[in-house]
Amino acid sequence: MLQTTFSPMSYADPFANMRRMQSAMNQIFDGTRLPGQSATYPPVNLWVAEDGIVMTTELAGLTEQDIELTVKEKVLTIRGTFPETQSGDDIVWHRHERVNGAFLRSIELPFRVDPDLINARFENGVLTVEMQRPEDDKPKRVQIKSS
Amino acid sequence: MAQEITTQDTRDVAKNNGDANRRAMAFTPIVDIYERDGTTVIMADMPGVSPEDLDVTLEHRILTLHGKVKPSAPEGYRALTSEYRVGDYIRTFTLSDEIDQDKINAKFKNGVLRLELPRLPEAKPKKISVKAE
Repeated sequence: MLQTTFSPMSYADPFANMRRMQSAMNQIFDGTRLPGQSATYPPVNLWVAEDGIVMTTELAGLTEQDIELTVKEKVLTIRGTFPETQSGDDIVWHRHERVNGAFLRSIELPFRVDPDLINARFENGVLTVEMQRPEDDKPKRVQIKSS
Repeated sequence: MAQEITTQDTRDVAKNNGDANRRAMAFTPIVDIYERDGTTVIMADMPGVSPEDLDVTLEHRILTLHGKVKPSAPEGYRALTSEYRVGDYIRTFTLSDEIDQDKINAKFKNGVLRLELPRLPEAKPKKISVKAE
C-alpha cells in the first residue's frame, strides 16, 4: 500500500522544536500549582478504539454515590463532592494536602456515544467509564462493485 | 505539641506530569495529617492500589507507606489524552517516641489509607538521674 500522507510529526518537521519548547514552557507554569489544584480537576486519561472510548480518573476518597456521570451527545460530565474534612477546635492540623469540596468537569469525546451502553465502575478510588459508539454512527465500509 | 511526625521525603514526582522524557517510578501520595484526642490520623490518597498491594511497615520509628499499582491500559485502545500518570506510591514518615506502636490501626477504603496512631498514655518526659562521682 502506498501512502503519501504528510505527517506533521515526522522528524523533518521544522516546527517540532518550537512545539517542544512551548510544551516545556507550559510545564514550568504547571509546576507553580500546588498539588490537587490543577486548572482542570480531575485529570483524566482517555483511550480510544474505532468503536469505543475508555476514560479513567482518580477520585480517591469518594464513593460510587458521590459521583454523578452524565453524557449528552459528545460531552461526558463528571460531578462530585468530597466529604467534609474533620473540623473542630480539638483538631490540630499538621498537613492538609488532600482535595476538598465539589468539582465539575465536562470532557469532549472524539465521537458520539450510546448513553445506554455505558459501563462505569469505581474501584479503589479509580473511576473507569467505558463508552460505545452508537451503531448508526459507526463508519461503514462501502462495497465497490466491479460492474 | 509540635509536629509529632515529620516527612523525610518531600520530593513530589507527581508534579512532573506530562514530561515524556522523565520516567517517574513512584509518586508521593498526598496526605492529611491531624491530631485529635491524643491520636494522630494520617489519610493518604493512593488511588489504583488494591488492598493486597498496599504495604505499611514500621521499622525503628520509620513508617513507610508503599502502594503498588498495576498499569491498566485497556487492550486494543490507543491513548488519546493522558493528563495523569500511573505509578506506585511511596512516602515515609518518622514517628515520635510517644506513639503506641502496638495500637496502630490501618484501614484502606476507596483508594484512601487511614492510619490511626494513638499516643502512649504515659508519654511523660523521661528523667535521667545523674550520679555524682
